[in-house]
Order: sequence, then C-alpha cells, then structure tokens
Amino acid sequence: MQVLTIRDALNQALREELLRDENVFIMGEEVAEYDGAYKVTRGLWKEFGDKRVIDSPITELGFAGLGVGAAMAGLRPVIEFMTWNFSILAADQIINHAAKMLYMSGGEFNVPIVFRGPNGSAYQVSSQHSQALEAMYANFPGLKVVMPSSAADAKGLLKSSIRDNNPVIFMEQETMYGMKGEVPDDEDFTIPLGVADVKREGTDCTIVARSFTVPQALQAAEKIKEEFDVSVEVIDPRTIKPLDIDTIITSVKKTNRVVIAEESHSFASVGAEISHQIMENAFDYLDAPVKRVSTAEAPNPYARNLELAALPSVDKIIAAVKEVCYL
Amino acid sequence: MPKAATRQKAEIKPRSAKTSTNGNRSKKAPVNPTELAVETAKAEFEQRKRSQQAEIKKTDKTLLREMLYQMVLGRVFEERCAEVYRMGKIGGFCHLYIGQEAIGVGSIMALRESDYVLTSYRDHVQAMIKGITPEGVMAELYGKEGGCVGGKGGSMHMFSKELGFFGGHGIVGGQIGVGTGMAFAQKYKGTDDVTLCFFGEAAVNQGIFHESLNMAQLWKLPCIYICENNRYGMGTSQARAMSISNIAKKGESYGMANEFVDGMDVMAVRSATLRAIERARKDGSPTLLEVRAYRYMGHSMSDPGNYRTRDEIKKHQERDPILLFQESLKAAKVMTEKEFEKIRQEAIEATEKAIKFSEESPFPSEDVLLTDVFA
Repeated sequence: MQVLTIRDALNQALREELLRDENVFIMGEEVAEYDGAYKVTRGLWKEFGDKRVIDSPITELGFAGLGVGAAMAGLRPVIEFMTWNFSILAADQIINHAAKMLYMSGGEFNVPIVFRGPNGSAYQVSSQHSQALEAMYANFPGLKVVMPSSAADAKGLLKSSIRDNNPVIFMEQETMYGMKGEVPDDEDFTIPLGVADVKREGTDCTIVARSFTVPQALQAAEKIKEEFDVSVEVIDPRTIKPLDIDTIITSVKKTNRVVIAEESHSFASVGAEISHQIMENAFDYLDAPVKRVSTAEAPNPYARNLELAALPSVDKIIAAVKEVCYL
Repeated sequence: MPKAATRQKAEIKPRSAKTSTNGNRSKKAPVNPTELAVETAKAEFEQRKRSQQAEIKKTDKTLLREMLYQMVLGRVFEERCAEVYRMGKIGGFCHLYIGQEAIGVGSIMALRESDYVLTSYRDHVQAMIKGITPEGVMAELYGKEGGCVGGKGGSMHMFSKELGFFGGHGIVGGQIGVGTGMAFAQKYKGTDDVTLCFFGEAAVNQGIFHESLNMAQLWKLPCIYICENNRYGMGTSQARAMSISNIAKKGESYGMANEFVDGMDVMAVRSATLRAIERARKDGSPTLLEVRAYRYMGHSMSDPGNYRTRDEIKKHQERDPILLFQESLKAAKVMTEKEFEKIRQEAIEATEKAIKFSEESPFPSEDVLLTDVFA
C-alpha cells in the first residue's frame, strides 16, 4: 500500500476520475495554472489542459451556478471553493438550486456535482476564514455532506462523491492536508457514502469525531488508556449526510458513554443532531449525559492563545471523557 | 363558451379604423400627457405594422400561423389561469405572462429542438412554447399528479428534460447562473446548440447577472441572455431601481454583443434572436438582448397594483403584441380575420381540455413526498 498525504490522496482521486470520465471537469479559483491554493489540484492542468481544469474568476456565486447548470446538462463538475467560507457567497446556487433541482423538477433533473474545499480553522486566519459550515449544509434535504479525516478516506470518498448522482458537499480540513496515511493502490478503490468507520475499538466510552477532531480523539483515547486504563472507541461517521447512525448506536449500546467532538460551534450543530438521535435510539443505554466538545460560541479569534482556547483540543476531549466516565 | 374566452375576445379584437390611422385626429393637439402617450403608442403601432409586414413576407406561413397560435394560446391560457386562481383551484404564487407573449414566441420558436431554454418563475407560457402540453402545465398549477413535474413544483417550476426546458426558477436571477452552465456544457460537449436564458429586468440588479455575463463572454459560452423588461420588479418600477435605463448597454461592460428589441413586435424579437443564435452557433459568442414589453397583470395574483395607473396599462395595450401581429398578417395578406378566429377557438379548446384534464387528475399520492430528494 502507498503512503500519501491527504492532499496527494485527493489529487490522485481527482486525476483518476478525470481519466475515467470525460464529463468530469474541475473549476475554481487558482485550480489550474497556480496548481491550487492548497495544491490539491497540483499538476492536473498540465496533464489535462484548459478544457478539464479551469481557473475561474473570483466569482463564487457565478461559478457555482455554472456548475449546477453544467451538471443538469450532463456533465460532472467538481467545483473547488478556495475555502468553504467563500461558499457562503454561492449559497443560493448550492441551497436553492443544486439541492432542490431534482425534487422540484419531479425527478427530471439530477445535479451530479461536487463542491469541495477546506472547511474549519487553519492557523490563525481569524474570523472570516475559520468557519466549520457542515451543519448549515446538512440541514438541507438534497445535499450529501462528506468529511474525510484520513488519506484513504479522502481518496475513497472523493471518488464516490464524483461518481454520485447528487450534489455533494465535500469538506476537507486545511491543517490536515499534510497528514499521511496508507492508501490502497487499486484505481477502483472507493468508500461508499453513508458508512461510518470505527477508527479505534474500545469498550468504556465512545467518542464521535469528524474531520479536525478525529486525530485529536485518537490521541486522547491513547492518553486515557495509558493514564486511566479506560478503553475508548472512536467513531468517524465520515459522511454527515446520510448519517450512519446505526454504527454510532451500536457503539453506544456497548460503551454507554458518549463524547461528541466537533470543530463547529455547538448551537444547532451536527453534534446536537447526533446527540438527539442517540437519545431517541439508545436513551436507556446511557450511563451519563452526552457531552459535546465544540468551538467556542464566538467568531474565531486571531491571537494564537485565543484561537487555541476557542478550538477543540486533545485536552478538552480528555476532560470530556473523564466527565462522562466519572473519573 | 367559457366566460374567460368571451372576455378574451374583447381584449384582442382588431382596432377600428377610426382609432388607428385617423388623419383628423392626429392633427388635434392632445389634451394631457396620458392622451399624448396613447397617441404615441398608436403611431408606434403603425410603424411596427409596416416593419412586421416586411419580416412576415420573408417567413414561412405555417410557422407564422404556429407563432400566432402560441401567442393566442398563451393569452387565453393565462386569462383562464387568473380565473381558476380566483376560484381557489391554484395555490401559492401565480405569475402571469399576459402582454409579454411576443418575447417567448419570437425567441423560442427561432430555436431548433436540441437547444435549451430556462426562465424565471413567470414560466407557464415559455414551457408551452418549448413543447410542454397545456395539460401538463395546467395540472401542475393545480398541484395534480398529471402536472409536468407531478405536482412537486407548481407554478414556478415547470421542467422537461426531454424537451430541453430546464425550468422554472424561483429566485430572482438564479437561473442566469444555471443557464450559463448549460451553455458551458453545450460547448464542452462540442455541439453547436445554444441556451436561451430569460429573466426580468429586476434580475439585472443581482450579482449573478454580472458574474454570469462576465464568464460567458470570457469563455465564449453560447448563451443568449434575454432580459424581458416588463418595467416592474414586483411593484418597483425600473426607474426607481436602476441607475441607468438602457439594459442592453450593460452588455458593453463585458464586451458582449447586445441589442435592444421592441418586445411587442414578435417578428423583431425573432429577427434579433436569429442574429444572436447565428453568433452563438458560429463560435459560442453570447448575446444580451433587452426586450422591452409590458406586464399587463400584477406581479403575481396577489398584487393590488396600486403603484401604477389604469391609463398607463391602457397605453401599452394600444400596442398589444397579438393585435399588432394580427393586423400585420392581415395587411400582408397572409391571414384573414376568419383564420384568427379559428386560431382563437383552437386555443380556447386546448385550454378547456387542459382545465378538464387538471380537474380530473388525482392529487399526487403521499407516497411521493420523500421521493426525488436524492437520485
């Protein structure tokens, strides 16, 4: 098996899908000649040329709309937002158009499009560049929301997203692009959307984490094992919508304790939804209230110490696990 | 005969000689601005009639007949929509196209079948011109199973993939981005097909208009942007909402071919569209057409219309696009009053058939509530 960074795993997925299907094209700001703001599309323009890899003007609403129309007319656009923060300018095309087209056309027009880019915080990029927006997009029927946390997941899920016949919100994490992991060599390696992954097995407490918080949760689990001999299970849903709640419930029934770690703000978050579904499906199995670790309820600050104070961390996750385990 | 049809007949009857080209009358000084405006409209009508005749003589008679039929069908159908809406048969919003028929007919009927069309929420008539049946449109308005999208879309969301009708879109200007992408796909696939993308003049103030035109010209996308300037964005006149009045010229900002067209003149709309199509098929060049018409009815059925006067509406009705086309066809000796009446009867029959179909069609089964969310 090859060892790749998440960045290169995404790049490989894009390249293979461009090769596989003539209808796939990539559009976004700096995706072509500049090789991508975060180098995810590195080398693709040189290999595939102007037709398939297209630098757009800084015009998020415009190129998101163009992607929706192109998808309705039979193409498979991969639209890159330099970061998901900028997708807010394009929200009308994503939410009002892509998400609803199939339904309001009575099944006539599906929109096979991937919107992708980094989500959440980076390193001290302040309030307007540090938002984790998955809860917003997950709220709209018609959109799938995918958040990989490893190189293999990034590749397998991106390939599935491009092949999916629906609009997919594909959220990466800037600080994780350099993380390495094993990735299967097979060009047809895909991971189905809607299937959670047990990243670490355990018996005493479940941490449900996604994207940014998965590596943190795994570190926290390791430390807790060493320090308290408590066995923590870490579950990564990988796809927020559709959500594989069954895997989470199975784990909760085994461990009876849950911490949900997420990079978004806590109010009306995906963690709130998961917590509610656990209550509905496994209320009698809980030995403690579900605990959430989220980003502080303030716009993300610039100062390093303030940013660290705002974001989830290994220590905050450990503290939450101790709380639900009464340690 | 149904009530709406009777009323309709009065609306598009030919003007008598006395009110059209009476020499004595034109010498008399108008007494007030409204009268002056009406006189001007009448003079324009006569000018248009002459120019239309020239175009008519160059056009196939079968096509001319079909064009008139589609315009009259649009008018009769929409009048009937207003009636059944008031009876509570149609829910939600209902935006009528009455007064703007020449735009849809003049442009869409200049296309070939494989070309694409999409428009705003004022979409009933364009959907029919592109080929969706009156039954399919009316039953959709009724929210019935027999509607073109099975009752899930309603008035604002008519679609047909087979016919290349890409909707019916409810967000002002939203379809301009989508249409640009459809044209992108047409070029990407190596076809010489084109997209007609309709929107109202108020949509021009949205960012998506400017973002789309910039990309279309930059990348030479075969999209023909048709701004149907019906003078009002809901209840706000263009003058109260736009810093300049010449919308066609906004194309210049992007280096895009542009043209101003009289939207009451179906042949002028057709000619301008044909010129735009030729450019688009040749090398993908887009065009911005500003087609000025007038919305006779309110923005939607719930519009009280207190922002304009009856005189203003009357002035524009003096240049009614159907009346103008019929007068020109008659003057060019291509069609007769008798044929106009036959066409009107056909339109009434088609509309009544659509009403009957819609009344009889069942409501959609609740089983479909959760279908078509994901493909």
